[in-house]
Amino acid sequence: MSQTPETYSAAAEVAAVRKRRGRFERSWIALKKAPISAWFGLIVVSAYVFVALFAPLLAPYGEAEIFPTPFGPWDETHRFGTDQIGRDIFTRLIYGARNTMGIALMTTLLSFIIGGGLGLVAAINRSWLDQILSRSVDVLMAIPSLIFALMLLSIFGSTVTSLIVIIAVLDSTRVFRLTRAVAINVVVMDYVEAARLRGEKIGWIMRREILPNIMPPLIAEFGLRFSFVFLTIAALSFLGVGIQPPTADWGSMVRENASLIQFAQYDIKAGLTPLLPAAAIALLTVAVNFVVDWFLHTSSGLRDEH
Amino acid sequence: MVARQGLRRKRNILHPVLATILKRLGLGVATLFVVSAIIFSSISLLPGDFGEAVLGQAATEETVAAFRRELGLDKPAPVRYLDWVASVLKGDFGTSFSGRAASGVDRSRSVAELIGPRLKNTLFLAGVTAVIAVPLALFLGLTAALYRNSFYDRSVNAMTLTTISMPEFFVAYILILLLASLWPVFPSLANVDASTELAERLRRIALPALTLTLVIVAHMMRMTRAAIINLLASPYIEMARLKGATRSEVILKHALPNAWAPIATVIAFNLAYLVVGVVVVEVVFVYPGIGQLMVDSVTARDTPVVQACALIFAGTYIVLNLIADIIGIVTNPRLLHPR
Repeated sequence: MSQTPETYSAAAEVAAVRKRRGRFERSWIALKKAPISAWFGLIVVSAYVFVALFAPLLAPYGEAEIFPTPFGPWDETHRFGTDQIGRDIFTRLIYGARNTMGIALMTTLLSFIIGGGLGLVAAINRSWLDQILSRSVDVLMAIPSLIFALMLLSIFGSTVTSLIVIIAVLDSTRVFRLTRAVAINVVVMDYVEAARLRGEKIGWIMRREILPNIMPPLIAEFGLRFSFVFLTIAALSFLGVGIQPPTADWGSMVRENASLIQFAQYDIKAGLTPLLPAAAIALLTVAVNFVVDWFLHTSSGLRDEH
Repeated sequence: MVARQGLRRKRNILHPVLATILKRLGLGVATLFVVSAIIFSSISLLPGDFGEAVLGQAATEETVAAFRRELGLDKPAPVRYLDWVASVLKGDFGTSFSGRAASGVDRSRSVAELIGPRLKNTLFLAGVTAVIAVPLALFLGLTAALYRNSFYDRSVNAMTLTTISMPEFFVAYILILLLASLWPVFPSLANVDASTELAERLRRIALPALTLTLVIVAHMMRMTRAAIINLLASPYIEMARLKGATRSEVILKHALPNAWAPIATVIAFNLAYLVVGVVVVEVVFVYPGIGQLMVDSVTARDTPVVQACALIFAGTYIVLNLIADIIGIVTNPRLLHPR
């Protein structure tokens, strides 16, 4: 039995330093309070990331390995059958996570570097540069991005690089708008003025004074933009002008196996095959949306309309 | 500027609305102009050897030169642009690249000829969708706001949230699986032509129209609900409630008139969104519309056709957004009754 002090000293209690919670501890507390939808979203997203990272270990066959039976049925050797030239669908689904998500992630990162950087510069500068950037963004946003992407792809051809660059540039317009809008409110703060007066360079002001203060909306936007970019790339690949074979990708897998759907009456599994990659896309988008929703709620203190 | 000031003097009351609308219209025309310039200049971004690519390896230097002359590549860009705008305004979009051969036999067709019937098909599909989707979305949004937080509201909300996050082709294939393959009610291919009768045509486009409806109803319904619920917090609604007005009276008589502006905006915005959604859905259902034509032309790198399609799509998009903005301005009570 340990000794408990019988006297009470107010001074001791006041003097006891309250331990500051660590970053990990704080996020754990936030997580415990998260609603079930956010938990679902987080688990799904981490599962996707896991599959994407360890694709070569998880997949039973090679990405472009061809087997003798095209459109094979679901059985032990091929869990979800084979596609139109005899590639294992399960394997391609796993590699698809890596390719589709990887390309979407790179595109989103690039669009945030372009859009976020220019948005910050426009918010700080507020002169002719801001005018030029904002007006050109207005024009770019007047064209539906899928249509614009189709037009540019017809000119530059459908390679992964041109896909990433085109979509990143088109998407950066939206990032630019948001960054500029939230940064403008921060730029007028006194501490930014102080930084300017002590002679900091624009790069420092952007990175150290403004960026940390506009992070929460940007992170939420990153999630939303990611799922949007992801859907756009999937749609383009589905249309046959996005990621090109033999690279496994969910959008083009839907297209390649679409004809199987007519056999659903005879074999429901065959009918479901083209829906698997489509469902993989939908599930990830839903999950990301759930997480973003929760993040927005906790970071902005927004409550449901009452 | 002078004209606008004259207007200001003559109709003093309408001035703020008219001025805003004129400003917005001017901005819209300017946007259209710049967008057309961007779309036009895309052809000059083509790699230098595309003459050979289009005409084939066997093309002689003369045919390639003649081809370039036909496209006007020997003239300076601004002149070409004005020529192009003039001919587009007359409905002439140039000639398709496909069907050309080095042999000199030119089987290519004019772009306008290719697009004409397909544009009608697309407009028909979009029209049918809009006729179904808009009243449905308004009804769902209104009733969800009326019975807020009820089971009905929650289930409608959950359903729309799910359809929002799904790609169009997923919705489309689920519908095909259910309604065309397992229970064959509707055909899975929407292959219509000019001779198809109206009833048969409607039956064939049932699935594409349903897909598009599901996708856009979700968004419109949520915005309608949000617009009304947003208003329910304002003091004059509280006043009406304290006066003893019933729930439906409050919503229909007091909230709805003020909610029209955001609702109209979101409807126009979603119809503009239809323009994009139609591309994917047309490809899924092999519907002979302009979206499918555009995708085919992108694959074949048939730039004149792509340009024409892009111009039509972008134009529709800009005009619909412009209409949405103008409706928003016109129905804004604060602008209508200036202090």
